Amino acid sequence: MNGVHDMGGMQGMGAIEAEKNEPVFHAPWQGRAYAVTRAMGAWRKWNLDATRYQRELIPPADYFTKSYYERWIVALVELMVKTGLVTKAEIESGTPDQGSPKLTPALTAEKVPTLIAKGVPAKRDVPVVASFHAGERVRSRNINPVGHTRLPRYARGKVGTIHRDHGVFVFPDSNALFLGEKPQHVYSVRFAARELWGEQAAVQDSVYVDLWDSYLEPA
Amino acid sequence: MTTNRRDFLTGAVTAAGAVMTPNLSHTHQHEHDHEHQVVPSDPTLRVKALESLLVEKGLLDRAALDALIDTYEHKIGPRNGARVVARAWADPAYKERLLTNADAAIGELGYGGLQGEHMVVVENTPKVHNLVVCTLCSCYPWPVLGLPPVWYKSAPYRSRAVIDPRGVLREFGMELPDDVELRVWDSTAELRYLVLPERPSGSENLSEEDLAALVTRDAMIGVAGVGTHREGDRA
Repeated sequence: MNGVHDMGGMQGMGAIEAEKNEPVFHAPWQGRAYAVTRAMGAWRKWNLDATRYQRELIPPADYFTKSYYERWIVALVELMVKTGLVTKAEIESGTPDQGSPKLTPALTAEKVPTLIAKGVPAKRDVPVVASFHAGERVRSRNINPVGHTRLPRYARGKVGTIHRDHGVFVFPDSNALFLGEKPQHVYSVRFAARELWGEQAAVQDSVYVDLWDSYLEPA
Repeated sequence: MTTNRRDFLTGAVTAAGAVMTPNLSHTHQHEHDHEHQVVPSDPTLRVKALESLLVEKGLLDRAALDALIDTYEHKIGPRNGARVVARAWADPAYKERLLTNADAAIGELGYGGLQGEHMVVVENTPKVHNLVVCTLCSCYPWPVLGLPPVWYKSAPYRSRAVIDPRGVLREFGMELPDDVELRVWDSTAELRYLVLPERPSGSENLSEEDLAALVTRDAMIGVAGVGTHREGDRA
């Protein structure tokens, strides 16, 4: 989706405000928001790509005015309602619907260290033919899907070089919409900064973007 | 806006009733605190209400939340990455492994997992400088750097790191010479990037532990270099 989340190359966003000795969370609720989102993910009713897409669906004005973890909560509530973990009425009333069953949490404290240590790998050990190889010139496709994609606008329709093949990974465009993992090769593609931004960029600079096979064609 | 806010607060306060009940004995002791905490912020109420609902439904274990928060507040952070960098500086064979198979090499030090399942380490040299960004969201190598700082997740950094990376570095106080090649790594997939900064000159006699103390979070993102003065605690 050509949303405001796709920020690479936008201008006028202001100065970068780095905070010294920044705390991990700026308020207790941020830690709770973070942890609730993690813990609810353990129900495996959605996936990481669906979570990202849900956050991208936040209307532009809200995306900029809501803080980072507020956006997480907005997206989490949407996902929980969509997948039936909670009902809209429960969110509005704050209490479980009458007769709703009491479940056992998917993520308990004992399981937290394992979740953190193992993570949720997106790499798939399946044989998939690579369309491209290191050193080859490629052109990123000019696509504008209304769904989820990890091909940023600034890197569409541009010529680059395959720097490295990272192996086979879940394809976010389909996975975010629960249309299957469609595993395929992900490549590190080197784009000269001037190919992306023209003469204003330094001639020796470059941007490396990790792109799935489906995003590329031979150049 | 006013109506929405009132409606929301009504809902949130009702839901959070159990946990929002003030502790009367504390009210006496901390009156000055309560001056500006009488009405908690919207997100505070909303998240409390949501947490209570999910616990009540048996969907959520509060102890799991505490464990997650404790892990990222106290156990996993940029000190992990600094140890990886220091080991690479001290041990050329380790550095080689780190640059060719980052997952295994980082795993040797006991780090890995969530949001660092597939790691790539990029090396700064006198001729190459690396900078890491996630223009689409906030992808960041958690096992070695912890959770990202606010500026890394912010629109100014995400928008400009790819189009004006030299300007971004300047804003962080780093003037990159023209003869240095700048490589920006946009974390668009599930690869997570860690910058291996240049080892500072004058650090030849330092122990691995002392080396690690020099390495900042910012240096491992690529918005700073590493000096010989100890600034490891800063970030």
